[in-house]
Amino acid sequence: MEAAHKLQGLRDLWSLIRGLQITGDALFRRTVTVHYPRREVGNLASFRGPIKLVPRPKEPLKPKCIACLLCMQTCPSGCITVVRRKAPKLAAEQAQPAAAAGDEKVKKPAAPKEPERFLYDYSLCSLCGLCAEVCPVQSICFSSDVYMVSQRREEFRMDLLAKLQEQAGAAKGSGEKTV
Amino acid sequence: MLKIIFTEDFIRIILAAVSVMAFVGANGLVLVYMERKLAGHIQRRPGPYEVGWHGLLQPFADAGKLVGKQLLMPDGADALLYWLAPLVSFLWVLVLFIPIPFSPALTAYDMDLGLVLILAFAGINLLALCMAGWGSNNKWSLLGAARAVAQSVAYEIPLLLAVLAVAFASGSLNLSTVVQYQGVWPWQWNVIIQPLAFVVYFICAVAETNRAPFDLPEAESELTAGFHTEYSGMAFGLFFLAEYANMIVVCALATALFLGGWKGPLSSGVWWFLAKMYLLLFVMIWIRWTYPRVRFDQLLNINWKWLLPISLANLMATALFVKIF
Amino acid sequence: MHYDLNREQISGDVYTSRFAQGQSEDTLILNMGPQHPSTHGVLRVILELDGEYILRAEPVLGYLHRMHEAMAENRTYLQYMPNMGRVDYVHALGWNWAYVGAVERLGGIEVPRRAEFIRVITCELNRIASHLLWWGTYLLDLGAFTPIMYAFEDRERILDILQSVSGSRLTYSFYRPGGVAFDLTDDFLAEVRSFIPHLRKRLPMYRVLVTDNIIFRHRCEKVGELPLEMCRRYGATGPVLRGSGLAHDVRRAEPYGVYPELAFEIPSEATCDAMGRYLVRMAELEQCLNILEQALAEIPAGEHLVKGAPRPRWKAPAGETYFATEGARGKIGVHLVSDGSATPYRCKLRSPSFSNLSLFAELATGILLSDAVSILGSLDLVIPEIDR
Repeated sequence: MEAAHKLQGLRDLWSLIRGLQITGDALFRRTVTVHYPRREVGNLASFRGPIKLVPRPKEPLKPKCIACLLCMQTCPSGCITVVRRKAPKLAAEQAQPAAAAGDEKVKKPAAPKEPERFLYDYSLCSLCGLCAEVCPVQSICFSSDVYMVSQRREEFRMDLLAKLQEQAGAAKGSGEKTV
Repeated sequence: MLKIIFTEDFIRIILAAVSVMAFVGANGLVLVYMERKLAGHIQRRPGPYEVGWHGLLQPFADAGKLVGKQLLMPDGADALLYWLAPLVSFLWVLVLFIPIPFSPALTAYDMDLGLVLILAFAGINLLALCMAGWGSNNKWSLLGAARAVAQSVAYEIPLLLAVLAVAFASGSLNLSTVVQYQGVWPWQWNVIIQPLAFVVYFICAVAETNRAPFDLPEAESELTAGFHTEYSGMAFGLFFLAEYANMIVVCALATALFLGGWKGPLSSGVWWFLAKMYLLLFVMIWIRWTYPRVRFDQLLNINWKWLLPISLANLMATALFVKIF
Repeated sequence: MHYDLNREQISGDVYTSRFAQGQSEDTLILNMGPQHPSTHGVLRVILELDGEYILRAEPVLGYLHRMHEAMAENRTYLQYMPNMGRVDYVHALGWNWAYVGAVERLGGIEVPRRAEFIRVITCELNRIASHLLWWGTYLLDLGAFTPIMYAFEDRERILDILQSVSGSRLTYSFYRPGGVAFDLTDDFLAEVRSFIPHLRKRLPMYRVLVTDNIIFRHRCEKVGELPLEMCRRYGATGPVLRGSGLAHDVRRAEPYGVYPELAFEIPSEATCDAMGRYLVRMAELEQCLNILEQALAEIPAGEHLVKGAPRPRWKAPAGETYFATEGARGKIGVHLVSDGSATPYRCKLRSPSFSNLSLFAELATGILLSDAVSILGSLDLVIPEIDR
């Protein structure tokens, strides 16, 4: 019993040396951290950044959005505000009330189903993705703009429509496809 | 009058004091960098990197930050004790460097009672901790100070006994003599002759300097920051520097007593002393980043039930050995 | 509040002054928290100390109350999903599952088999991540600064894996009533398959660095001895209960999902101390790996979300239900009451940490302050879950 006790004592002291071995070994191995900004992580594509609008394939300046307002209603944080584009004022014909029709297509010059402004408050967004899931035309997707920083709150309240048009305009100018 | 000022001893002591301050300051910077870099790499991360090449100028940034911070005193704190504590903590450490033989030419003052001087003044740090803990008007600081008192007082005894064993074996309390008594090769150093004393001394040294695993007085995760919770700016900087200076003192003392001082195989000199000292500092830092903290009653248990009997037995065996042979 | 500067009258706030009324002679009243490095969140414990010994302890909660249960009454069933990721963000998928399970029970919604397996895989991965975080922070409380970095190396891999399928790293709202939001890719399965042996190789290193370490053992053995009857009185569940000898696990006691088809053990230790709880969690890490292997082998092809799954404006049939899952901390329960409208009438969240914390006041009498820190760590509390 005494011998077992002493053996346990020696094993206990040896455990201290083993611990030192592990940290000593770690000391001489390479670091595992990604040294930003010299290097960046490689899996940003799947990480959710602020949402952005998906452009129409044939008209890169316009989003697929049909201003159904489902995203606005579904967002738990209330960070999306969509302002529908009003029907164009017809000078010659009789002025129709500027109510965008429901789901049915109207042949008469009614309000076009597109947003005039798509306001997004990133400071309220919880990146849950419900807006993207519920959009019937898949007009919302996540960007990879994860390094967005600012010193002013206003920069986190964006107009995604304006952003899309900026990017599309810039892409057109440089002749490349926008991400 | 001028005869008194310009005696050789006096000038020597003044020069020594200035160079000790420079040495402690420079080493403080080196140790800050070394600790952070080693901590980083042990934790598989780079440590300081941005300020200067691989972070070499980081200590200067740290010093600049500490100097630039506001010196605050909490409401209700005792002003005298509060502001005196960091000064007491740091200034006395400089005295401890005087008897240490960095090399035959670089000893500040060759005292016959060098060891006694160091042991006597090492306890003043305790006073500084008490002053800081009480003067902060903060219950957490008080707890930290209370722990520090018990810990320091307890661990001074095996430290003393271990060091005495070496003094017995060497026959003198003069550190230069102890170094002379050892040889040039590692198997001629005192660590081979007195291994138990070395282990006991090192454990007590870690406890005296309040380093992990014995860092209860400043236990970050329990007491916020222990006795120096309320300090900011250079007052905290002084405590910080004092801790590193204490570390340097105990490692320098261990080098002189156990590892052959400035003697080394190819060419003896101050570089061997510094190399051995930094090796011991490296081991202290390594230990800090590996082990969890010891609980307070276990800390005292280790001291009274293990270190004291071992060092006492070691001392008696050494005394017997010296007497007989 | 403006305090009178007469020093004799200052006695702290309402809680401290009420606590101080039972004060004995020569004792110190100390606030541990709400800002404290080792209370794992915003927890405040008022302590009466006699030297280093705690005579009385009283946790004060509510510093992190975010009104999750009130929010449930103002959100539709689908809109409430992000909340579930934030109640206990360390094991978010456990709460996800408890909530969607309750909604499914309420609405009689079937879950496709593939979705069940996806839930098992992701939830167990999240459990491993939670235990690794607990391990690292427990050792941080005890004063060892490196194990947390090693644990986070492995945890980052899990977070990368879960990010690839759900887009989030911590606050997942990945499950939906009727399945999961996205399907798994082959890359995902390959990553998990390579992760399992990697973690198996790392666990022995953790054991040598920490579990066998004599200093650590002295901090945990015989510390916080929690008899089984005390667990029962306070409703403690999870590793806290299993560390006191009772092998009770919701996955076996009230089975859900495909857990009945998977073979795994329920580790338990009879020592009732902090070391027992520690060993239970380390053993659970290995069991999670077992479950993952089986789930990966048996996952079928199929739908990830049932057809006709609730859409945003879905109305649950009137009624009430309770659904419980085994979280990393214990039994997570969601009691859902519906009145037939699009938002729940009442959603009660049963948080395991709340019950586990409630035994701290009784457990902490007569122990050392360092032991209090060790016990709080071994209870694995996440304060946001306590305050909801």
